[in-house]
Amino acid sequence: MTVKRRPLLTKIARHLGLVPFLVFALFPFYHMALTSLKTDRELYDRHAVPLLIREGPTLEHYQKLLWDTGFLIWTKNSLLVTVLATTVSVVLGTIAAYALARLRFFGVGPFGTGIFVTYLVPTSLLFLPLAQVVHWLGLADSKWALVVTYPTFLVPFCTWLLMGYFRTVPKEVEECAMVDGATRLQALLRIVLPIAVPGLVCAVLFAFTLSWNEFIYALTFTSSSDEITASVGVTSELIRGDIYFWGGLMAGAVLGSVPIVILYVFFLDYYVSGLTAGAVK
Amino acid sequence: MAVGSVRVGPVVPRPGLRVWELLDHERFLGPAFVTPALLLITLLVAYPFCMALYFAMSNAFIGRPSHFIGLRNFVGLWESDAFRQTFQNAFVFTGASVALKLVLGMTLALLLNQQLWFKRMIRGAVLLPWVIPTALSTLGWWWMFNSLYSVVNWTGLALGLMDPPGPNWLGQKYYAMTAVVTVNVWRGLPFFAITILAGLVSIPRELYEAAEADGAGPVARFWHVTLPMLKPVLAIVVLFSTIFTFSDFNIVYVLTHGGPINSTHLFATLARQVGLESGQIGQGAAISLYLFPVLMLVVWAQLKFVRRQVY
Repeated sequence: MTVKRRPLLTKIARHLGLVPFLVFALFPFYHMALTSLKTDRELYDRHAVPLLIREGPTLEHYQKLLWDTGFLIWTKNSLLVTVLATTVSVVLGTIAAYALARLRFFGVGPFGTGIFVTYLVPTSLLFLPLAQVVHWLGLADSKWALVVTYPTFLVPFCTWLLMGYFRTVPKEVEECAMVDGATRLQALLRIVLPIAVPGLVCAVLFAFTLSWNEFIYALTFTSSSDEITASVGVTSELIRGDIYFWGGLMAGAVLGSVPIVILYVFFLDYYVSGLTAGAVK
Repeated sequence: MAVGSVRVGPVVPRPGLRVWELLDHERFLGPAFVTPALLLITLLVAYPFCMALYFAMSNAFIGRPSHFIGLRNFVGLWESDAFRQTFQNAFVFTGASVALKLVLGMTLALLLNQQLWFKRMIRGAVLLPWVIPTALSTLGWWWMFNSLYSVVNWTGLALGLMDPPGPNWLGQKYYAMTAVVTVNVWRGLPFFAITILAGLVSIPRELYEAAEADGAGPVARFWHVTLPMLKPVLAIVVLFSTIFTFSDFNIVYVLTHGGPINSTHLFATLARQVGLESGQIGQGAAISLYLFPVLMLVVWAQLKFVRRQVY
């Protein structure tokens, strides 16, 4: 067969098959970054080649974004909301997942199903009544509304993800510790949790990413410039009337993605394993 | 705290320790551990859901007392052109997006499942659209589809694929739907590709070797080994994706706001427009609730699979 005589050629052919997918996946980011670095004159020149920068890269859009808009406040809000919601959700999710995966008690089955159903309830189904609840809690137009509501989708997610991890820890390890006199809580803290660290990292990363990316709650529950998150700020505050400042918009989109990209670069394998955990396990 | 050293023998009973002792029993520890999550879900998911049901059956309007009107909202919506259009859009959008993601995801997974140079980098690049905040990356697409400076059209013209000036992507009915589907496929493809890839990797090699020994070519092996083995993974991926695509909000909200003339509205975006921007909470809630039957259907199908695997 020719296939076996020409290993290098087939290998190159395989990679060529991937090129359209890579272009499709990456081009929007390239174009976004490029636009954010162009001068306005080149940006709005309809005869210029849109794929390249001719008139030197400029940071003016970034400067304007950082100093003339509320972008730093929005980013700070995003960070605050994300860190708090993630912490609360991972803690609640961890103990709930441990109970569901390990303990036998009244109602464990229905509760497991309930968590799963909640995990699938889309945020766009609940944002209208939740807006009312947020109002009653006195949190309307406040980033605290997001800290309170984000766990509604993060806790089911973390619980679901971690249940899978806890099941992979052999029961015997824990039982050994308890035979040696440790209480169940001690066994959990000193034996089970250290073994489940990869799962915990995964849960933290996903909770962080999901709440950083959340949009519909942030858009609905907050509106004043001091309370909104980065996604909402960039998509609503930078668009005024019919004139769009494309350079600034793209700079905002790039900078708003930076925290996630940093995490992503360092923890790629966790993202891959977390992504497949829900579906394949 | 006695860190590291584990006490042996009976614990000396002290009054303050009673609670901790109780927690050593599964019957008490279990409920104690799930209570916080249960409270959260009851107060902020189940309760709002019941509120949504009530809103949907009332003539609630922002800042006005409401009355119970039964199912009139659900029925009355069918007289609105915007709603009928949205209903149709939701199925077109979901059907086209999920089908494309499935076919392309399968292709991509098969390509990634080969020996490659820079495997990690390629995998990372393929996954990237899925982690970036959707609202922000959709802004990038909005600019790419811009009516005056569309880089999509510029490229199409340069390659001779389009007639000048090229389509006005977000301003014309069918092109706008094409655009929102494209962005959804772009964002959702990594989930399909990576999950299917994980499914591919777990297929035992012996099956392929046996098929090859029986004289099966690559196509026959795909049909008789790969596809049947992947069926559970594919079913779950499609079900998950159906819910998330059907209830999508971000892409349409940023890219088209439901326009032109409601041709890209989905339930979530229409619900927001009617419920918040026009203040008719009752009708908005009813529109949101049209997501519910699909959710139930998928949950039911999922539980059949998941239960078999987990419980």
